[in-house]
Amino acid sequence: MLCDSCKEREAVINLTQVEHDSKVTLHLCEQCAQAKGVETGVAVLKSPLGGFITAMGKGATSVLPTTADGLRCSSCGGTLRDFRDSGRLGCAQCYEAFDAHLRDLLRRLHGSSQHVGERYVVPGDVDTDPRRRLLDLREQLRRAVENENFELAAELRDRIRVLE
Amino acid sequence: MIDLSLLPDGGMSWLDASGPKGSIVLSTRIRLARNLRGYAFSQRARDGDRSAVLTRVEEAVAASDQLSGAVTFRLDQLERADRQLLHERHLVSKELAGLDREARPRPGAALLVRGPVGVMVNEEDHLRLHGMRSGFALEEAYVDLEAADADLGRLLPFAFHPEFGYLTSCPTNAGTGLRASVLIHLPGLVLTKEIGKVLQGLSQVGLTFRGLYGEGSEVVGNFFQLSNQTTLGKSEEELLDHLGKIVRQVIEYEEQAREVLLRDHEAIIADKIWRAFGTLKFARSISFEETMNLLSGVRLGAGLNLIPGLSVYTLNKLLIFTQPAHLAALEGRSTGDPELPTVRATYVRRVLEAEAG
Repeated sequence: MLCDSCKEREAVINLTQVEHDSKVTLHLCEQCAQAKGVETGVAVLKSPLGGFITAMGKGATSVLPTTADGLRCSSCGGTLRDFRDSGRLGCAQCYEAFDAHLRDLLRRLHGSSQHVGERYVVPGDVDTDPRRRLLDLREQLRRAVENENFELAAELRDRIRVLE
Repeated sequence: MIDLSLLPDGGMSWLDASGPKGSIVLSTRIRLARNLRGYAFSQRARDGDRSAVLTRVEEAVAASDQLSGAVTFRLDQLERADRQLLHERHLVSKELAGLDREARPRPGAALLVRGPVGVMVNEEDHLRLHGMRSGFALEEAYVDLEAADADLGRLLPFAFHPEFGYLTSCPTNAGTGLRASVLIHLPGLVLTKEIGKVLQGLSQVGLTFRGLYGEGSEVVGNFFQLSNQTTLGKSEEELLDHLGKIVRQVIEYEEQAREVLLRDHEAIIADKIWRAFGTLKFARSISFEETMNLLSGVRLGAGLNLIPGLSVYTLNKLLIFTQPAHLAALEGRSTGDPELPTVRATYVRRVLEAEAG
């Protein structure tokens, strides 16, 4: 759709105004919208950070070198190319596999790549929390049944009963 | 039809307008993005892994002190109208509800809710925990959420990196995984044409704005969601503090704009407000969008004490129940019913008559 004002450029903004008692919707290009004093979402997204985030959404992650496109995550099989196209990573290990590129990207996105928020410790020692131990045993039981390892399953079931 | 009465308040305590600055700020929402170690992120994961993630989350929720007894909604098994209902209630994203496509959501897509805390499972990330509060209440919303997050974090192995923090499907959410949004009504700034400056200012201080339904949604009825843009390099407290400070300023600007309007243009403003009220009260057919825009005017009128005897709670309720899926459910219609605009007008009239007489 062309801009209602200049009728030249593509309209990117729908400006809805209530004038007197009627609603008027104008379809404007970015320049005309700005001329009318409307700070557009598009203009906001044109800020260095916003522009990058938009680019992320479209997968046009220009900061990533195309020469590294073939780089592959051994865990999920996703490539840097996949990430460039979708803007989404395949799994947590992708952060290791594309480590250097992502560090650069995170700095551009957030201004820093160093997390300073809450430190999380993965519940490592299963014995620390009996509830967690129970969940772990149930997961093992499910896998044992799936693999038709019924001897192990019976043993796990007994241990679960004790805990419960 | 799903039974939302299973939720103590239908998952809507956030709209009771009891919170601080309730006439300007509708609600405060904070979400945390988390993923489980050992599974591909939800979009890449196979159906079996998505289901396994859901099972693990359900078990952890059941074992959790904070969340046990949560109600589960399996979006992969719900009809479209029900999924839309949950989305309109701000409990699930459009993406998780699968409203953009014909097919049902993929296996494992679910929502678990207890009180003000909800967990979306297999959205873009394995878990999206959210806490909602009425009015402007960042701290309260975070207290609920932090406790639920800590509890689940002890029961499930979250993907965490010493440098990058919590790992998320999209790097824009990495680090804290925290996005806090304040849903705010700014008709004063829109009418005084100051809104452009304010929104531009937001981008300069690392905040962003969206429409009523969050990411990708249009601004209607002068409702804006203000939220933090970045999630990494600052602590949770810093992110919330910063957003809180800026929102307080925006509220102040809005209050000043309203004062200016009342002082310099009272007759025009009063006319606009009463016309909006009149249209709402007497219309015989009305779209949701028009309802929203008129409600915006009436809400301003209630805030300025120009329309007596109308509570903000009633206006919030209208905002929710005039949405297509809510209205259809309430009146026993289908969401595609061509008579919905007529049904909507009747409903609005009935509510306003009961309230204001």
